[in-house]
Amino acid sequence: MGKITFRIYKDRAFKIAVCTLSMLSLIPLFLIIIQVILKGASAINWHFFTHLPLPPGEPGGGILNALLGTFMLIIIAVILSLPLGVLTGILLSEIDNKFTASLRILVNLLQGIPSIVIGILAYIWIVVPLRHFSAFSGGVALGLMMLPMIIKSVEETMKLIPLSLKEASFALGVNYTRTILKVILPAAAGGMASGIIIGISRIAGETAPLLFTAFGNPFLNLNPLKPVDSLPLLIFNYAMSPYAGWQRIAWGASLVLVGFVFLLNVVVKTLAERWKIKF
Amino acid sequence: MNADKIFKLALYTAGLFIALLLALAFASLLYNSFPAIKQLGWHFLAGKEWNPVTEKFSAVPFAAGTLLTSILALLISLPFSLAIALFLSEYYPEGFAGRAINYMTDLLAGIPSVIFGFWGLFFLVPLVRKLEIKFGVLPYGAGIFTASLVLAVMIIPYTSSISREVMKVVPRDLKEAAYALGATKYEVIKKVILPCAASGISAGILLSFGRALGETMAVTMVIGNSNFLPKNIFSPSNTIASVIANEFTEATKNIHLSALIELGLLLFIITFAVNLAGHFIIKKLAVNGKNNI
Repeated sequence: MGKITFRIYKDRAFKIAVCTLSMLSLIPLFLIIIQVILKGASAINWHFFTHLPLPPGEPGGGILNALLGTFMLIIIAVILSLPLGVLTGILLSEIDNKFTASLRILVNLLQGIPSIVIGILAYIWIVVPLRHFSAFSGGVALGLMMLPMIIKSVEETMKLIPLSLKEASFALGVNYTRTILKVILPAAAGGMASGIIIGISRIAGETAPLLFTAFGNPFLNLNPLKPVDSLPLLIFNYAMSPYAGWQRIAWGASLVLVGFVFLLNVVVKTLAERWKIKF
Repeated sequence: MNADKIFKLALYTAGLFIALLLALAFASLLYNSFPAIKQLGWHFLAGKEWNPVTEKFSAVPFAAGTLLTSILALLISLPFSLAIALFLSEYYPEGFAGRAINYMTDLLAGIPSVIFGFWGLFFLVPLVRKLEIKFGVLPYGAGIFTASLVLAVMIIPYTSSISREVMKVVPRDLKEAAYALGATKYEVIKKVILPCAASGISAGILLSFGRALGETMAVTMVIGNSNFLPKNIFSPSNTIASVIANEFTEATKNIHLSALIELGLLLFIITFAVNLAGHFIIKKLAVNGKNNI
């Protein structure tokens, strides 16, 4: 029965191929992490977090401006996208008609808009009327990117809440609005929070929409109507520069950014278990 | 009763706002590229040259660069993404190995685009340069091939997660019937799972293609930024997204800025169409009752 052994060998060979290809595709992940840690760790110290970047040639310098800028951009983006996102998410999960069915497709398409095009839109909508680059316009761009993520996570989490909870609330004579806001929404809060954290981890690393909105700024700025720097913008500008000192700062900033993104991911993974809706 | 009406009104207003936002996005891109459309006409889609000094603006070199990098990236990444999808859905759906791979693909998906670009610049570019010297082509290092490699790594998590979802919902009885007939796992995968999941996988590929088309930062950093039609897959080039990233803040003439916005409009329309097609394929699958992604 040579044919059967041949089939078995083919099966084994295929399994080995699948496993090898899967492992191989994770090699870049390790290469990136190792390189970022090796080159970034030497740049990082207390000074790095508390000082501004210096002109090329001068040793030292930090990323305080980019840290504060990233923080500011995230806050603006969340404030702008959260209310709209939560309301639309509730609409999609609660109401099933032709409008919401097409709206769901539109949300997917909104998510598919390339980030650079989002940058152009924020430029046209905010930078041109205000006549200068600003943290606000960058926040609008990042908010636009975050909007579909929030909508989807709210919709998906709310759909997981068992109907019995809603029925119990109705049976007690509670009206629709209060049922949604006081019963369903709190029950879905954990899942929604993980969606928002994942959203933050995505926009924290976005560069393209900030190139001509937040623009970058080597000085400290807390005014939302003036340009700010952000970690990914700083990495891009310094990585493409010919100065070794600036490239070193870019590696340090990369380590901080990757660490921040991974931290948010780990937080979500561990909390997701605890926040999982159990009934 | 009244409060409920107001609440529902607020919900619908939010939904309507999202729809309007998308319409407004298209309208403002169109409006702002009007000067370029009027002055350049069909040259924008038919010419071959992009030169801000002589005010010749053609999207063709960048459209070529975008298509080449994205298609090449898809081809490179496909075997890897399918392998991960099979690994997670068929071979190790549970247990340590599956969880570890799953976790790591999530991490890969979370790495910011600019970091991929930075890594590509310092790791892949010198590597590709060595390869080019061996092949006897001009050793730029940065170019379409390098950009495709970086893009391929970036879209692996995306394609594999969609393919995996599709493979997971292949009806169990079909698989068990094949096993009962004495099929090996390889035969079940080849004759049952892949044919069943084919349209879902193609939707996943289409959606990844849409993402690759619009990817900006990583590509900008390793593609070499040349505004000419690419001669081969190693030549430096530019994609639509990367030329916008490079020239937008430096555009001093109105016509240049408008031409860049027209490029943005073009990218918007292309990704819109690709994503719409992908979602309709997935929706059709869901209607057939075979899965619910």
